[in-house]
Amino acid sequence: MSDVKQASLNRNIRSQKMPWKVYMRRYWTLYLLLILPLAFFLVFRYTPMSYILLAFKKNNILLPPWQVPWAKNNGFEWFIKAFQDRNFIAALRNTIFLNLLDLLIGTPMPIIMALILNELAFPKYKRVTQTVLYLPHFLSWVIISSISLRLFATNDGMINKLMGTSIPFLGTENNWRAMYIVLGIWKECGWNTIIYLAALTGISPELYEAAEVDGASRLQKIWHITLPGIRSTIIVLLIMNLGHILGSEFDRPFTLSNPLVVGASKTISIFVYERGIQGSQFSLSTAVGLFQSVVCVIFLLLSNSLAKKFGERGIW
Amino acid sequence: MSTVNNAASLPNKKLHDGMIKSRKTRVGDLVIAFVCLVAMLICLLPMVHVLACSLSSADALVRNDVFLWPKGWNLEAYKTVMTTEKYVRSLGWTAVLTVVCTLLSLFLTICTAYPLIYPNLRGGKVINFIILFTMYFSAGTIPSYILLNNIHFLNTPWALIVPNCISVFNVIIMRSFFYGVPDSLREAAEIDGAGPIRVLFRVYLPLSLPVIATLALFYAVGRWNGFSDALMYLKKSESEKYWPIQLLLYNVIKNSTQTSEQVAQEGFFNNGVSKTIQMATVMFATVPILIVYPWLQRYFVTGVTIGAVKG
Repeated sequence: MSDVKQASLNRNIRSQKMPWKVYMRRYWTLYLLLILPLAFFLVFRYTPMSYILLAFKKNNILLPPWQVPWAKNNGFEWFIKAFQDRNFIAALRNTIFLNLLDLLIGTPMPIIMALILNELAFPKYKRVTQTVLYLPHFLSWVIISSISLRLFATNDGMINKLMGTSIPFLGTENNWRAMYIVLGIWKECGWNTIIYLAALTGISPELYEAAEVDGASRLQKIWHITLPGIRSTIIVLLIMNLGHILGSEFDRPFTLSNPLVVGASKTISIFVYERGIQGSQFSLSTAVGLFQSVVCVIFLLLSNSLAKKFGERGIW
Repeated sequence: MSTVNNAASLPNKKLHDGMIKSRKTRVGDLVIAFVCLVAMLICLLPMVHVLACSLSSADALVRNDVFLWPKGWNLEAYKTVMTTEKYVRSLGWTAVLTVVCTLLSLFLTICTAYPLIYPNLRGGKVINFIILFTMYFSAGTIPSYILLNNIHFLNTPWALIVPNCISVFNVIIMRSFFYGVPDSLREAAEIDGAGPIRVLFRVYLPLSLPVIATLALFYAVGRWNGFSDALMYLKKSESEKYWPIQLLLYNVIKNSTQTSEQVAQEGFFNNGVSKTIQMATVMFATVPILIVYPWLQRYFVTGVTIGAVKG
């Protein structure tokens, strides 16, 4: 009886007035649960942040970074070197170029696909279509690249054989860029419809009924009801993608690349891998990674405030 | 006379209009259904082609006349893969790794997300910040690599298990789902004298099976398809026995691709391991996922939506 009373009393006054001892006796298990995750974040996420110091130090990972002497030019030696490096500039350009193409061509595709799925009148058929469209999302880039080599090879590729041509789909830089985008769309277009379809279910059916009474055509309904209904989702996702403009995937360009197109396929992530992990230039590649992370954060903040300026909720 | 005619034709006209309209929409529906069919074929045909190649004879593939139906039907490629120690070990190891990582990740994700939903968790704001901050700013590839080097995780299985065992994104999905459980349920259990752990097991977990299934799928797919961590962290030749299937496949295919001049002249993919075996390996590396994901579709659709809204 007194237990119940005590509990309800605690509930009412919440924790502010609960003394530490009572609070901990009741809730210590919550902290027990958090021990392992917090240890994980401190060791595997925050400890590496202290190694960022290496970007301003001489290239030496045998000593802890705070004991290594500073690099030249007040520690900015590696940043200066990176921006004088033609390969880095090329990697930067490739990263931005591929991401921009992805943004411009890759963003509208799932919207279009979601609109098409939304118009599909047969529920069972729609479900099957969705399942099939989600399939490529579950394939890794290694798999996709090995399939694409079979399909798009210049002389013995399936596509060239069917069309009776010998187009080097993956063999010239521009073609490779196009294939990079196309394969990206192939992989993620279906998956990305999920979020638009969810937004579409929020549109009131009464709007469509009213439009039908007024004699609106299918396209008119899409244009005047459906698209405005998912406008905020589109803007938020577009802006979030804009925030990742300097972010770079590794698997996708790395596995799709081949010796003929390195001029187009070498992105910052690959540059860091080759210089840092393969070439042991740790300071230089840490500096490049830091530059990338910082620009990413800045872009994210900018795009978030941009989203708010558009009157959207933003992402946090 | 004419008034009668008009009166008679009016309802008819309406009926007629209605028929035209419904026929129009029906044509439109068929067009849309056709577009969806094309989209489905684009997604499916490459996989069908791979399947056909893996079931064909090596000769047919060299002659390059396999399209969607196998030529010279046989299961040799599958038998070869199943009897080559390298492939069997890698597939088995990847399966074990995937199960272990998925269980560990789910456990840790629940441990992270559950305390955060307590409104009176002291220090909750700080903990929340510590966790969310890592989603927006990461140290980068090289600092993580140096850490793993310093704690001697490189070239060991730990490098594949631990560094990515909690995804903040998935924590957010989990937390949002927990938020959806009415507070009154938790408070009722607390009045009955249940501590947080018992509330977790009695109230939250039984209600959260959909989101657990979703995250299990996300984690399992992530590990099964994981490639770059293995490539970066398992460099030494003695760690080759820990290569997951994706890295093995990548190396098999890369080694079969020739130098750039030959590539230019002959296209890719000509030498080395027979193409049928490569295609059979691709099948082995994809089929487990392709069998599982359709059953979880209802759940992951919800999961993705939650993640996108709250993330």
